Amino acid sequence: MITTTGLKKVYRSRGREVVALDGVDLHVREGEVYGVVGRSGAGKSTLIRCVNLLERPTSGTVTVAGQDLTALAGGSRRAGAELRAARSRIGMVFQHFNLLSSRTVQDNVELPLEILGLSGAARSRKALDLLDLVGLADRARAYPAQLSGGQKQRVGIARALAGDPKVLLSDEATSALDPETTRSVLQLLRDLNRQLGLTVLLITHEMEVVKQICDSAALMKGGRIVESGTVPELLAAPGGELARELFPVGGVPSGPGGTVIDVTFHDDSTGQPVISQLARTYNIDVSILGAAVETVGGRRVGRMRVELPGTFEENVVPVGFLREQGLQVEVAPAGAAQAATPEENSK
Amino acid sequence: MTWAEMQPLLTQAVWDTLYMVGLATLVSVAGGLPLGILLVLTDRGGLLRNAFVNKVVGAVVNVGRSLPFLILMVALIPFTRLVVGTTIGAEAAVVPLAVGAVPFFARLVETAVREVDHGLVEAVQAMGGSTWTVVRKALLPESLPSVVSGLTTTVVTLVGYSAMAGAIGAGGLGDLAIRYGYQRFETGLMLVTVAVLIVLVTLIQLAGDLAARSLSHRGRSESAAPRLRLLRAPARAEAEPAKAS
Repeated sequence: MITTTGLKKVYRSRGREVVALDGVDLHVREGEVYGVVGRSGAGKSTLIRCVNLLERPTSGTVTVAGQDLTALAGGSRRAGAELRAARSRIGMVFQHFNLLSSRTVQDNVELPLEILGLSGAARSRKALDLLDLVGLADRARAYPAQLSGGQKQRVGIARALAGDPKVLLSDEATSALDPETTRSVLQLLRDLNRQLGLTVLLITHEMEVVKQICDSAALMKGGRIVESGTVPELLAAPGGELARELFPVGGVPSGPGGTVIDVTFHDDSTGQPVISQLARTYNIDVSILGAAVETVGGRRVGRMRVELPGTFEENVVPVGFLREQGLQVEVAPAGAAQAATPEENSK
Repeated sequence: MTWAEMQPLLTQAVWDTLYMVGLATLVSVAGGLPLGILLVLTDRGGLLRNAFVNKVVGAVVNVGRSLPFLILMVALIPFTRLVVGTTIGAEAAVVPLAVGAVPFFARLVETAVREVDHGLVEAVQAMGGSTWTVVRKALLPESLPSVVSGLTTTVVTLVGYSAMAGAIGAGGLGDLAIRYGYQRFETGLMLVTVAVLIVLVTLIQLAGDLAARSLSHRGRSESAAPRLRLLRAPARAEAEPAKAS
């Protein structure tokens, strides 16, 4: 649905060059919620702005719903009629909502419809329907200044949906909201994604967002995508940085001479008493260094780091037993325990 | 001088002043508003980035702003004669008044429009709006309260300028004060003129403030202007922001 190939963006100011995007290949499938995570300055914001060409990429192409937007834009700095028409079919929500303070909630939602040239009656019908969809039908006559942050973002979402877009871009839509409001706004995005078949590309610095609603995710660093895939794929790759961030399990081995393994279990196996079975069957002492069970993308996933006495060679049989139970077992690489120290996990 | 003698003089002078200021205000809006917007749009990072146009318009505005009004008025005499055919009377005074006020108002418009959050511009662009749509739907309506405040300042300044214009035969309150109050030592008339000017300027300022406040829907303007509560429907004043959804 959204494809970028070799996307580059270089800012030039006073002879200095800043590379914001360094060859980004992004592929968002139709109907999925795709999250791009990364720290500030990683280029996420530039990336999402390049998708609807609010920011012109220096090189590379952007294709949305089969339409090559970079070709539509041509070389001119101003957006021509074709690019504007394409933009009207891509919804966008912003971190700071960007609602017009001079207009009521309803008039804000009507704005894109005015641009599309709908008649007054049609506009108001559509705007009220959309406000109903986001649960704000009763605030239609209020001004944005009279709304809470979560309500403002709902208006922003209603406005973004006005042009019946197939694609919704979300630029840190929940970063200015408190955790509870964030959850309800994300739930709304998830519902819209399911009900309307909306493809959502969102950027965020909060891992929670990826955990709650994303089907796929990518990690950006220094203007590049360093890891990407569906969330189950990412979790199944224990060495991956996203997996560690999504699901931090720490724990320092008690001393030399033990074997540290990371165990990942999904859905049904989360209920099984595998560790006590392991201890009983092989009569070994298992120490649990760290563990967590969470819901990621609607699935229960557990991770545990345990230490078995003796070298790996001595533990081949117990590890085989765990694998037989349908668990994913990885021997933690030396130093992995240190890499997942608490301050790393807290970001 | 008795009140009966003063009254017709004063009435005429007030009308002349209002006429000059009113007409000059219309011209300032017609000229200053587009110029101010153009200054923002053509500036670096603006939607119609154009260094040349920006420099030229900026320079013209600066020249207009740097001349003291008295000098501008005299310097413009040939131009005034060309436009209205005379250099005396209220009509003739409108020309230098407008020329003086257009750049003044243009700068105030520029400041007001620059204050509009760039995010709103982006939002309208993301909806598929053209530059003209951005100006019409976002920049103008969002800056309107500030523009109205700027206009109030411009009108008050124009009242001051019009008194100076009176000195070169334009009529109006300034003319009255000079001819009677200064040259004929009619202290009574002088005091009345001053009082009329104070009332006039106060009324203009009050009207402008009211208009700007009623146009602004930004946050807590209600509590910042308690006297406006009386003019508003009570239901609006009580509409507190609801808690998180």
